[in-house]
Amino acid sequence: MRLINIKPGRPFAVFLMLLPFLFVFLTYAIGSDIRLSANPQDKLLPAPDKIWDTMVRLVSEGDRRTGRILFWHDTWASLQRLGLGIGISASVGLLFGLLIGLFPLVRSFLAQFVAVLSMIPPLALLPILFIVFGLGELSKVVLIVVGTLPFLIRDLSQRVIEIPEELLVKAQTLGASSWVIAIRVALPQVMPRLIQSVRLSLGPAWLFLIAAEAIASDGGLGYRIFLVRRYLAMDVIFTYVIWITILAFLIDWGLRWISRRFFHWVQEGL
Amino acid sequence: MSFVTVKNVFQTYGRRPIIERVNVEIEEGEFISIVGASGCGKSTFLRLLLAQETPTFGSVSIAGAAPATEPGLDRGVVFQRYSVFPHLTVRDNIVAGGSFRRPWGRFFGAERKAAMARADETLARCGLDHVADQYPATLSGGMQQRLAIGQALAARPRVLLLDEPFGALDPGTRLSMHEFLTELRAETLMTVFMVTHDLHEAFKLGDRVLVFDKPRWDPHDPNAYGATITFDFDARDGGIPFQALEEKTHVLQAH
Repeated sequence: MRLINIKPGRPFAVFLMLLPFLFVFLTYAIGSDIRLSANPQDKLLPAPDKIWDTMVRLVSEGDRRTGRILFWHDTWASLQRLGLGIGISASVGLLFGLLIGLFPLVRSFLAQFVAVLSMIPPLALLPILFIVFGLGELSKVVLIVVGTLPFLIRDLSQRVIEIPEELLVKAQTLGASSWVIAIRVALPQVMPRLIQSVRLSLGPAWLFLIAAEAIASDGGLGYRIFLVRRYLAMDVIFTYVIWITILAFLIDWGLRWISRRFFHWVQEGL
Repeated sequence: MSFVTVKNVFQTYGRRPIIERVNVEIEEGEFISIVGASGCGKSTFLRLLLAQETPTFGSVSIAGAAPATEPGLDRGVVFQRYSVFPHLTVRDNIVAGGSFRRPWGRFFGAERKAAMARADETLARCGLDHVADQYPATLSGGMQQRLAIGQALAARPRVLLLDEPFGALDPGTRLSMHEFLTELRAETLMTVFMVTHDLHEAFKLGDRVLVFDKPRWDPHDPNAYGATITFDFDARDGGIPFQALEEKTHVLQAH
């Protein structure tokens, strides 16, 4: 039998899925064990059980000075920035995507401008954002917006352009105005794609969030990681990195669920 | 004054002529089949009738109105593909035929209920009432085209334009679509233009068959000249020529 025709059964597929996770964990555990047996004071690769203890301590114990549980406080601060940034990007991106995709006049006016804007490396703008918007929340949210908006506009306008010409002509023969075509034909067709694009831009959004928090902040997941780096607190860093990964995964999964739940007219495959 | 008047129409893409010197007059209620080889401007001609494109020269006018510059309510259309809105249920697709002309593209309140009821009637006539709440992606090709025709007719256009509407259907479905279309036409007496590749279909459904071809042909530059209407057949009575019928009746009368 050819290799391309061999499909794993359900239990074996689950086993195969878990295998790389198990492999990484074991590799780490072994490496950590080797280093710790040579030097019990080693801080680079803390033992898995020590990381677990740190995790439990971080999520349950409050700060000695203020009594707040910093872990949840950081999570809330970061998610707020991320949600605000992505939310603004998605709404503005959707609006301009529709305008550019649907109206040739706006396309001639803005498409090239957005294409040039999207080439600016957002992190290079970070100092300007800090100078203009200060070190508060605003500059971090703006960085996420600046980093993800041009991609969203370009992607969504492209998707709107890809809507079959036949559908737009059909809507016109039913007497639809430009406005009705925008809200009743283009908008609903592009909504599932908006969710897809947001899923894709979540990676960059996290990157910009953590970069902004690392440089100037007084709370947030990225801030904490870069703060404890000074103390070589690998157990805390690992905890936060794992948590960020889980959060990112959950958000992605949630968006995919929304896409399936509300846009099931798009055939399977999303 | 005929219902649809096409006067000396030329259409050129860049420097390439597609159709040239097309003149034709069509009476209200006629079923016009348009046939011809691939790339002979059949679909271009239909797009001109639809006002999706405006001719480089000449004019197309429907019901004595000024030549249209964009597709509108007086023209209904069914394409070979992408003719129904995939994000609307089957019922909403029919309702859209009436509601898209509204400021928000939808009906509200009692009007909405009435539109839904009318849509259900239309669906029953199209044989689609059992799938009213499904999305078009779950329908077969024939059902989608029936839905597209029902949707186009829900907007009550003056002319119906069909661009190879049954081209992607299997022969059996195609036959039942012919019956469906014939019945609908008997009810509405609408003026229909249908582009098709199938000569048999063209003569079976049409009152007139227009043939597009290139009257001039330069072997060194096949694209040098455009196509025009080279034949205009009377296809009523199964395509039997008028004179033959006359003879027959004459013979019958003599006996």
